[in-house]
Amino acid sequence: MLSHDVLVVGAGLAGMRAAVEIAPKADVAVLSKVHPLRSHSGAAQGGINAALGSNDSWEAHMFDTVKGSDYLGDQDAIEIMCQEGPQDIYQMEHLGVPFNRTSQGTLAQRPFGGSGFPRTCFVADITGHAMLHTMYEYLKRRGVRVYEEWLVLSLAVEEGVCCGVVALDIASGQIHPMRAKAVILATGGAGRIYWGYSTNGHASTGDGMALAYRAGLPLMDMEFVQFHPTTLKANGILLSEGARGEGGYLRNAAGERFMAHYASERMELAPRDVVARAEQQEIDDGRGVDGCVLLDTRHLGEKVIQERLPQVRQLAVDFAQVDPVKNMVPVRPGQHYTMGGIKTDAWGATSLPGLYAAGECACVSVQGANRLGGNSLLETIVFGRRTGQAAASLAAANGLPPFPQGIVAKAETDVRTLMARESGERIASLRYEMGQTMMDKVGIFRTRERLSQGWEAIRALRERYSKIGLQDKSRTFNTELVAALELGHMLDVAEVIALSALQREESRGSHFRRDFPERDDVNWLKHTLAFSSDEGPHMEYGDVVVTRFKPEVRKY
Amino acid sequence: MQVVFKVQRYQPERDGQPYFQSFPLELPERATVLDGLHQIKDERDGSLSFRRSCRSAICGSCAMYINGAYHLACNTGVETLKAQEIVVSPLPHLRVIKDLIVDMQPFFEKFERALPYLMTTTPPPERERLQSPEQRRAFEEMINCIQCAACYSACPMVWTDPQYLGPAALTKVYRFVSDSRDEVGRQRLALVDNDHGVWRCHTIFNCHIACPKNINPTWSIQQLKRKTIARRLRFWERG
Repeated sequence: MLSHDVLVVGAGLAGMRAAVEIAPKADVAVLSKVHPLRSHSGAAQGGINAALGSNDSWEAHMFDTVKGSDYLGDQDAIEIMCQEGPQDIYQMEHLGVPFNRTSQGTLAQRPFGGSGFPRTCFVADITGHAMLHTMYEYLKRRGVRVYEEWLVLSLAVEEGVCCGVVALDIASGQIHPMRAKAVILATGGAGRIYWGYSTNGHASTGDGMALAYRAGLPLMDMEFVQFHPTTLKANGILLSEGARGEGGYLRNAAGERFMAHYASERMELAPRDVVARAEQQEIDDGRGVDGCVLLDTRHLGEKVIQERLPQVRQLAVDFAQVDPVKNMVPVRPGQHYTMGGIKTDAWGATSLPGLYAAGECACVSVQGANRLGGNSLLETIVFGRRTGQAAASLAAANGLPPFPQGIVAKAETDVRTLMARESGERIASLRYEMGQTMMDKVGIFRTRERLSQGWEAIRALRERYSKIGLQDKSRTFNTELVAALELGHMLDVAEVIALSALQREESRGSHFRRDFPERDDVNWLKHTLAFSSDEGPHMEYGDVVVTRFKPEVRKY
Repeated sequence: MQVVFKVQRYQPERDGQPYFQSFPLELPERATVLDGLHQIKDERDGSLSFRRSCRSAICGSCAMYINGAYHLACNTGVETLKAQEIVVSPLPHLRVIKDLIVDMQPFFEKFERALPYLMTTTPPPERERLQSPEQRRAFEEMINCIQCAACYSACPMVWTDPQYLGPAALTKVYRFVSDSRDEVGRQRLALVDNDHGVWRCHTIFNCHIACPKNINPTWSIQQLKRKTIARRLRFWERG
């Protein structure tokens, strides 16, 4: 049987950062359903935050993050991230990340939304790409074994301990048990639940969240879904917040910089939840242009755009046929990030011994009710490292736990049953309806009525999911089988998002209830914890850690 | 817009040889080739197999051979091809696993042979290693590489010399040779100064034409040739 001290599931920045931390100390392997360089971390554009400037401080970064999170983020975890972040970024520089520089040769930093100081380090507008490639290069240098294009079917749990996984080798179609002393889930976000309205790539299907949820672990704060203010209408492709960080404006149909009415001080660089809501309000009130507002970067000039935003320019040209040097680009809010996730402590540990989680699939929680731009890459490397440290220590102290009987046979039967079904509904039609439902009913502006409808609709889709049919009967590289399994994951997580949102009767960060438009710290300054049960998600609530900064009115 | 997608199919358990299958499609304006492939998979034949991930030209999954040229399926507008028939095949000269999916293993083996990581001999400072914007500009183009293997598939020297590092791996070597922070340039030049390294490149420029990120690997390889010559001359001068 395949066996490693530590198995990392997912090869984005968090997973690979964990693996390179473990490599010198224990036998670690990485398993990923896509080649590591195809991971969605590579699509991160704008940058990574840390207080490096002599006038900046980690306390200021912490305050901005806490306020950005609408006071839902756990302040002990945020303190760790902001305090340890600078050293982690210097380490990334030492590994070779080609950060942009100041004329003095130090790391350049640009302003970003919700931050009181220019503290976002960047590699043009391909920061995630450059970091992902550097991390993969270093992973190779460390000689870490990578199971490329393998998909985890289930976690293996025996006697209350996570002892490995059951995984599908996509290329061969074979199912393998894999033993480990510790498993780290680093599978990224669940954006594709908003199919057709998300910036996320096709791989962001919430696999790790669903695996943990099915194993009985709670998903925390899943109602908090980030909508990014600048995405292309046709396909949800992201244009970096760097476009506004470098000085770009948002205008409505009348040409007015409408953010003056919503966030007069920070304007376009208010946090994403504030800007996305403002845009949607303008569009809903008839001041948009064909369902969009306009991103104006013309005044920045070709030199700045070419030097600092080359990808934004190319994406706008390729996917919207607009050159932002000469014209305004129609943009609208699109799903971008999953603030919630698998509940972990500040070392990535979940409540299941042997199981860890890091990155977007985890909820530490540092992002709370709204993540600031530039803090997600930071979360991946700080908590990827810490989770690696913790998992390596656990592996050093323990032997291989016992592996459950019959779990591989069950997975094999499940896959065969799914593949054997001759007729049935198509995956694509369910996926399309799921995306429509989530955007329409569990989108930017929410009400009890719409959320109830959304939850019911997702439950109905789950029923229909049990009757889907597959046309691809081949075991070799069966991408239709993978898509079917991913859809199962997404529907589980979608139900949690819808019900968590329905139950939270207040407005906080990205979660805005038209029927409860105010933040309610008395009743709702608490984390949602969704557990799986036969009747659907079962909700419990947990305390928020407040240390330095007491909740205040959040104004920008 | 009405077009016919003619897609190369191959399922190893069933087909002795690859063959083409035609799908007449009705696509929205501005649809990409990837949109077309998805429409086939979603509505016509769920077994059509291809790789894709980011669908925004940054992950490198979907390089294909489309109407006789190398493209990423995701950022290639069907209209821009100005054709009624869109012929889609997997990357030529790589082993086909299924339909449009090829075996990338040989490509990534060469990536690893290129020592694709920053190497230094001095310990890192407490903060960042300093680098001026000008020094950084020296390798700015190369960091855009997404390792999609279009250049590798397009290079006739790769077709004839299985040992040849190829344009992507050599571009990676030059990315580090020209990075002011890297301190093992001589080792890197020694690595490529041989028949399966830079001297195999005959400046055909297919790699440059194939690159969906508009990188010019041939240029990087010529810079490496100059530096290897300089290295040899210095060695010779010292006797």
